[in-house]
Amino acid sequence: MKRADDFQERRKKLADLSEDQLEARFWELAEELVDPIVDLGYKNTSPSIERSVLLRMGFSSVEAKSIVDNAIDRGLIGKGVGHIVYKLADKKNMGIRETGLLLVEGEAWNEVKPLFEGGAK
Amino acid sequence: MDLKPNEKLDIKELLKDIENYRPKRRGWHWREGRGEKRQIGKFEYYETSENLKQSQPLPAAKYFENIDPQPQPVITTEIASGRFEDDIRRMRMAAWHGADHLMVIRTAGQSHFESLIEGTPQGVGGIPITRKQVRVQRKALDLIEEEVGRPINYHSYVSGVAGPEIAVMFAEEGVNGAHQDPQYNVLYRNINMIRSFVDAAEAKKIMTWADIAQIDGAHNANATAREAWKVMPELMVQHAINSIFSVKVGMKKGNICLSTVPPTAPPAPSMRLDLPYAVALRDLFREYRMRAQQNTKYMESSAREATVTHVLNLLISQMTSADIQSTITPDEGRNVPWHIYNIEATDTAKQVFNGLDGLMTMIQLKRHDSELGDTVRELKERAILFMEEMLEIGGYFKAVEDGFFVDSGYYPERNGDGIVRKIDGGVGEGTVYERDTDYMAPVTAHFGYNNIAQYGEEYVENPSKLIGGSTLEEPDKIIFIDELDESDNVNVRLEEVKDLIGTTKLKPEMEWLGDGIILLTMFLPTDVRTAEFAALEIGKRMNLHDCEVIHREIMQEAEGTRIELKGKVDFSIDTSELVIPPKPEIMSDDQIREDIDNKPMKVVAATVGEDEHSVGIREIVDIKHGGIEGYGIECHILGTSVSVEKLLDAAIEINADAVLTSTIISHDDIHYKNMKKLHEYAIERGVRDKMIFVAGGTQVSNETAVINGMDAGFGRGAKGSQVATFLVKKRREMANED
Repeated sequence: MKRADDFQERRKKLADLSEDQLEARFWELAEELVDPIVDLGYKNTSPSIERSVLLRMGFSSVEAKSIVDNAIDRGLIGKGVGHIVYKLADKKNMGIRETGLLLVEGEAWNEVKPLFEGGAK
Repeated sequence: MDLKPNEKLDIKELLKDIENYRPKRRGWHWREGRGEKRQIGKFEYYETSENLKQSQPLPAAKYFENIDPQPQPVITTEIASGRFEDDIRRMRMAAWHGADHLMVIRTAGQSHFESLIEGTPQGVGGIPITRKQVRVQRKALDLIEEEVGRPINYHSYVSGVAGPEIAVMFAEEGVNGAHQDPQYNVLYRNINMIRSFVDAAEAKKIMTWADIAQIDGAHNANATAREAWKVMPELMVQHAINSIFSVKVGMKKGNICLSTVPPTAPPAPSMRLDLPYAVALRDLFREYRMRAQQNTKYMESSAREATVTHVLNLLISQMTSADIQSTITPDEGRNVPWHIYNIEATDTAKQVFNGLDGLMTMIQLKRHDSELGDTVRELKERAILFMEEMLEIGGYFKAVEDGFFVDSGYYPERNGDGIVRKIDGGVGEGTVYERDTDYMAPVTAHFGYNNIAQYGEEYVENPSKLIGGSTLEEPDKIIFIDELDESDNVNVRLEEVKDLIGTTKLKPEMEWLGDGIILLTMFLPTDVRTAEFAALEIGKRMNLHDCEVIHREIMQEAEGTRIELKGKVDFSIDTSELVIPPKPEIMSDDQIREDIDNKPMKVVAATVGEDEHSVGIREIVDIKHGGIEGYGIECHILGTSVSVEKLLDAAIEINADAVLTSTIISHDDIHYKNMKKLHEYAIERGVRDKMIFVAGGTQVSNETAVINGMDAGFGRGAKGSQVATFLVKKRREMANED
């Protein structure tokens, strides 16, 4: 899109604002722009976010990538990949790390899906 | 492991036991003692921070008792040569010059890597940021900050498609500052915008937990736009979006730094364009911090020109404010920055702030009823109109799709050349997933919906309790990967240069140990193109390899060209085979003056024999040249072509303490013959033990002068201070003998 500089025309509605009012307007608009984006962040997750959760749970980057890729393949990322490890560990009465390593090996995934059937506990 | 100023940092020692190293501290550090007046040396400073324990002052500091005043802003230098082990040595040098924000640029392509990179592979135009590399550098900085006596902020980038993981690793490893701006991913790395913002929320939350200072990426619009000064309204919008987004995720405003760049550079009338922008920004963002970056958009290969722009930018920082003063190395327009230019840039910032100390107590910006005030207002209005239109068309994402950003028009003008990204395009498109109602993440510093309550209300405040603490509380849970690539890692690289580590072998270097790079500056009396190829030939004949002309500047198109040529030498020097004469001893100026005050000294001086040269003796005697007159020594210069007899007779007549002879002509060893003659005549006149005899000249060595009967000889490059030191010491020695 090309447009000539029509600033003088557009600014008319701002001309009477004091410096303080102008600054308040600036921040009001900025907030309005980001609010829906913050909400997006609140409601969604991503492979990187889930890998970062697994890092914090004591897995290496290589292990975290493997578990997250597996969870995405099985349509389970929406549960939280850390959640998967936690819930499986709880069920098998094993430690978080050894449970995660089972998942890295590609084992025990068949036990995961039934754990999440029926939604929230 | 302790550092000693006169010992090299041992990289191998640093690498030892690195799997178990834990950083000393976390969080950003602002300089201490700002906002108070401070007496440093002979001056009172208005705007400094606490002095360093050990540092390398500016060259001219020797005239001011070697003071090294530390400005108030944190000073940044960006270091990333591709080999992190070599960067560590550069970081130490930079810290000694006053840098306390060491920023590490990432290797090309890391943004698109879905995961952390591990090990220590070599980088291109930066370094691969990995846990091991970060940990080793942080460990080094933990030592260096003890050495200089001020905490050092370590910094890199939380961006790309692994932002949250990098943020976790930075939090775990004690990184203190990071670039984080989802707009940067979108515009310059073509990462899907939804993914970029969703990831950013998590990354910012983690950074908040670790008290990591954030720097945004808005300055890139300036570096990218065709006419950089026209994107000023947009820059303010970009700053606002990242700032308020960060606040809403939980980051404190005091840790949110705007990366702001003066948009132009001379020959544009830069101050008139840049200053209103700087003022407008500081008005709107007064609760945030300013990271003042240097203009790089108009940077060419002239280090001089880049430094002048830097100085003008520093003036803006001084007249407005800067919490973090960035420095761009003046060679950035030529190559990946070299050691020496990081130091130059750091010194430029320190020097300018030292010089401008207290400036604003004397001058004032004309804010009202002035061009400045009007322009400030106009910029704010243009930014507001920009955001209003963004909202009108459907918000941020729509605006990006519509090419609002990095358009070279001065908004509301539009030139239709903005960067266009699609909401369903880019790297990582389709990789954002909605969280289910039972979504849960049992860790600290997690942003957004997290149904912890399903496992008990008691975990809601502290989700990581579910797993007995995350790595942020229990660092022993961190899994450390050492190396993944057997052929590309620090151990292999160190092995390749082992001859140069801890031995007496020495090679010149600009970026990597043993790179052999040297820089030659030359003037060639021909046109620029001929000069360039002539310079390459000159380099070849000097046996340099990989020659490259890195700077060319026309002096006059026919008369000549300035060329800077880099090349590599393939030999090393063995320092144990060098003949290095002992360092001349020099007393301080004050000590010499005190001695002369207590006991006046008289000397006679002349160029002896048939020798009309007078420059040498003037250099040593004349107060203008830092000569011995300056210490209060009474000097009688008899002139040139003076016979040794006449010289000594005059000395006896005025009862001189010393006789200074200058002997430039050395044909047939006449200079030494004259020394011998003077010595013998002094014996004959019975004054040889009462007076000090000193000979100087370009071909004179101390050893041969002494053999020929003198008390001392001074060769090329000798200074008045050295001669004065000798005279004072020798006189004391003679007094003791009496």
